[in-house]
Amino acid sequence: MNINWHDFFIVGNPLILGSQIAILLTMIGIVAGVTYLKKWKWLWREWLTTVDHKRIGIMYILSGVLMFFRGGVDGLLMKAQTSRPEMKFLDAQHYNEIFTTHGVIMILFAAMPLLIGLMNVVIPLQIGARDVAFPQLNALSFWLFFSGAMLFNISFVVGGSPDAGWTAYFPLAGKEFTPGIGNNYYAIALQIAGIGTLMTGINFIVTILKMRTKGMTLMRMPMFTWTSFIASVIIVASFPIFTVALALMTFDRIFGTHFFTLAGGGMDMMWANLFWLWGHPEVYIVVLPAFGMFSEVISTFSRKMLFGYKSMVFSIVGIAFLSMLVWVHHFFTMGAGPGVNSVFSITTMMIAIPTGVKMFNWLFTMRKGRIEFSTAMLWALAFIPCFIIGGVTGVMLAMGAADYQYHNTLFLVAHFHYVLIPGVVFAVFAGLYYWWPKMFGHMLNEKIGKIHFWFFTIGFNLTFMPMFFLGLDGAVRRSYTYSAESGYAPLFLLSTIGAVILAIGFGALCYNIYWSARYADRNISNDPWDARTLEWATASPPPFYNFAKLPEVKSVDSFWYMKKNNEGLTLKDEEIEEIHMPSNSGLPIYMGVIFGIAGFFLVFEWKIAALVATVGILIGLIIRSFDYNDGFHVHVDEIKETEKAWRNVDKGGNSHVS
Amino acid sequence: MSANVNTALPLEYQTEQNRMNILGFWIFLGAEIILFGTLFAVFSVLSARYAGGPTPKDLFEIKDVMVETILLLTSSFTCGLAIYEMRRHNRNGLLLWFIITLLLGAGFVFMEITEFIHYVHEGATMQTSAFLSSFFVLLGTHGLHVSMGIGWATMVIIQILKRGLTPVTARKTFIIGLYWHFLDVVWIFIFTFVYLARMVA
Repeated sequence: MNINWHDFFIVGNPLILGSQIAILLTMIGIVAGVTYLKKWKWLWREWLTTVDHKRIGIMYILSGVLMFFRGGVDGLLMKAQTSRPEMKFLDAQHYNEIFTTHGVIMILFAAMPLLIGLMNVVIPLQIGARDVAFPQLNALSFWLFFSGAMLFNISFVVGGSPDAGWTAYFPLAGKEFTPGIGNNYYAIALQIAGIGTLMTGINFIVTILKMRTKGMTLMRMPMFTWTSFIASVIIVASFPIFTVALALMTFDRIFGTHFFTLAGGGMDMMWANLFWLWGHPEVYIVVLPAFGMFSEVISTFSRKMLFGYKSMVFSIVGIAFLSMLVWVHHFFTMGAGPGVNSVFSITTMMIAIPTGVKMFNWLFTMRKGRIEFSTAMLWALAFIPCFIIGGVTGVMLAMGAADYQYHNTLFLVAHFHYVLIPGVVFAVFAGLYYWWPKMFGHMLNEKIGKIHFWFFTIGFNLTFMPMFFLGLDGAVRRSYTYSAESGYAPLFLLSTIGAVILAIGFGALCYNIYWSARYADRNISNDPWDARTLEWATASPPPFYNFAKLPEVKSVDSFWYMKKNNEGLTLKDEEIEEIHMPSNSGLPIYMGVIFGIAGFFLVFEWKIAALVATVGILIGLIIRSFDYNDGFHVHVDEIKETEKAWRNVDKGGNSHVS
Repeated sequence: MSANVNTALPLEYQTEQNRMNILGFWIFLGAEIILFGTLFAVFSVLSARYAGGPTPKDLFEIKDVMVETILLLTSSFTCGLAIYEMRRHNRNGLLLWFIITLLLGAGFVFMEITEFIHYVHEGATMQTSAFLSSFFVLLGTHGLHVSMGIGWATMVIIQILKRGLTPVTARKTFIIGLYWHFLDVVWIFIFTFVYLARMVA
């Protein structure tokens, strides 16, 4: 063990010193606040040890919003640095670190938890189940994700951030060219979070296959459930590749092997191949559930059944299949030759077909619908034109020969922001506005929501539209500055102004969350949007057992059907039976902590300490093996009381449907 | 969640939770196939990059590898016998074959570690060349899986001793059986593509 204590804390940079102080103060503030309010026990019992899918989902969403903030600050810093030519705000190294963490955090620690969080909250409710198939595993998934995210986030104050880009291409990311420990954080934090994601994938596949309520055949599942199911399949098919790639990276960096190195026979481009074999499917892992959310929102606020349900299902399956066959388009310039590049060009362009099918399905769902312009619907409406710009530029990039021109320019950066922000971020916002009443029993304010919407959408277009043109003019990505002679200055400045507007939009969301938590009307019906799927058939927020009596499904949009035919909406006392529920467990959070500790030691290459911490992981596994806690039964009286409470209030609840 | 027990089915399939666990494990094995598939792909890319270090022909001793193979294949057979005894509700038969399986597995791990030590003494380490890096990581991952399996199965044996054959212990045993056969299949690929193919080529 050669401990380099002088590398431990990053010193000398006022920005980072400020962050260190802020982190310290925040932590003291949280601990002091919880202690002062005497909430430790409550926090432990109700949240930290919970196995309830709704609470795990909320914790995912909360972490996702926090990480979105962190990633957003990174983005703003980059925009500040490039706002004028030859800016001296960040140096090259600091800029490298910031674009790296921005990418990693936005994809893996913001988009993923926001989507997985909404999946957690909504899917068991949509399929009429009482929890996921493996509730404790679900908690473990969350804590591993959280542990990975925290480990990654401390990198910039302890030891130094990774700085080789979110794709961490070799040989740059190897020990030869990046000797610091920053990239160890990348390899290990993502590994820990990735294990959690893989388990989530398995969990949701089993949940959706096995726990659907009576009558819900596969082709009656809500579209969000379908897309999440397919996304889970892609998770299981692609995350192990990332696991291996990261493990090999760890071996190369910490144990001196030669997988991706220049010396010893290693092959640097193998990293790029493995990374994108996971990385491209990952794009669809985040975008498919988002498509599902848009489907729910568009159908609800058009007051129509989703158009072309079957073609929607076939197109997501098609997208999932094709997503595995396009990875080379990320490095056409590798020089695999025109034959190989042509194949991957064609597979890439083929993805536009099922995606186009989905676009038309959404448009036809709206056709002749009675469209209600709620905030959630606005996000879905803005998504369509913005995403098409992202998609069409994607087809441009898919042409292997032309890609030599676009490769590594800001054109590409603008393209994937036009895909991921409308495709994922807009969807998450739509989903939050739509399901917020289900999660918390009160709505997000629609007026502030619209401010949020307009600022964010205009800011987004203003930020990234100029980057298409900058890219076509030859501005490269990941470059910390540019000369005045290049003529890029006006467009870069416009882009920075856009980023500020976008940030104000996000601020409006944060304020909306605060405002609504304090002042929003609590007396709302359990179905404020007059919605169509089963999650709205129970109370808002749902009781911990979800449904007193599991609903029976007779068609697509089953709750709509129940309302139209007035069946299955009431509950008779004699229908209530005891419900079996899983018990809370402290083991998942223990595993998260111990994984974090082991990971931290490994980042610093303190191998013996890491090995000792690994024993802690094994102990956790052993405890789990001998754990025979079977859960508990909820008594009929308790269910009766809970159900009476919300069903009676509901009669006088305010509906928000015009 | 619901405890609707169907006693017509084998013990391990009787409760809904058990059926979900078994399906979940099959899906996990699917992920494991991708994991090992990736490692095999990496090995096939790097397998001829010796960087001046030893080649397969210099290193591999077919006799030792053959013994390892026979140990592991036999253990898969005895594991099948263990599950067969479990289906007959014969606890002692199950335990007997289960323990024999683990002893064979331990023999395999012992042989593999000896093999690795031997290579290292000949100067063939993970750091020597890309070929050896991929060789050690692929085989090490498999060996680690077998070792973890032995530890895991030992805990299940303790639970069977304490609780007898219940739907829960039967399900745990069955799942380990799946895992064990899977590792055996992986070894067949290692034996073929890592050892035999490289010794002929």
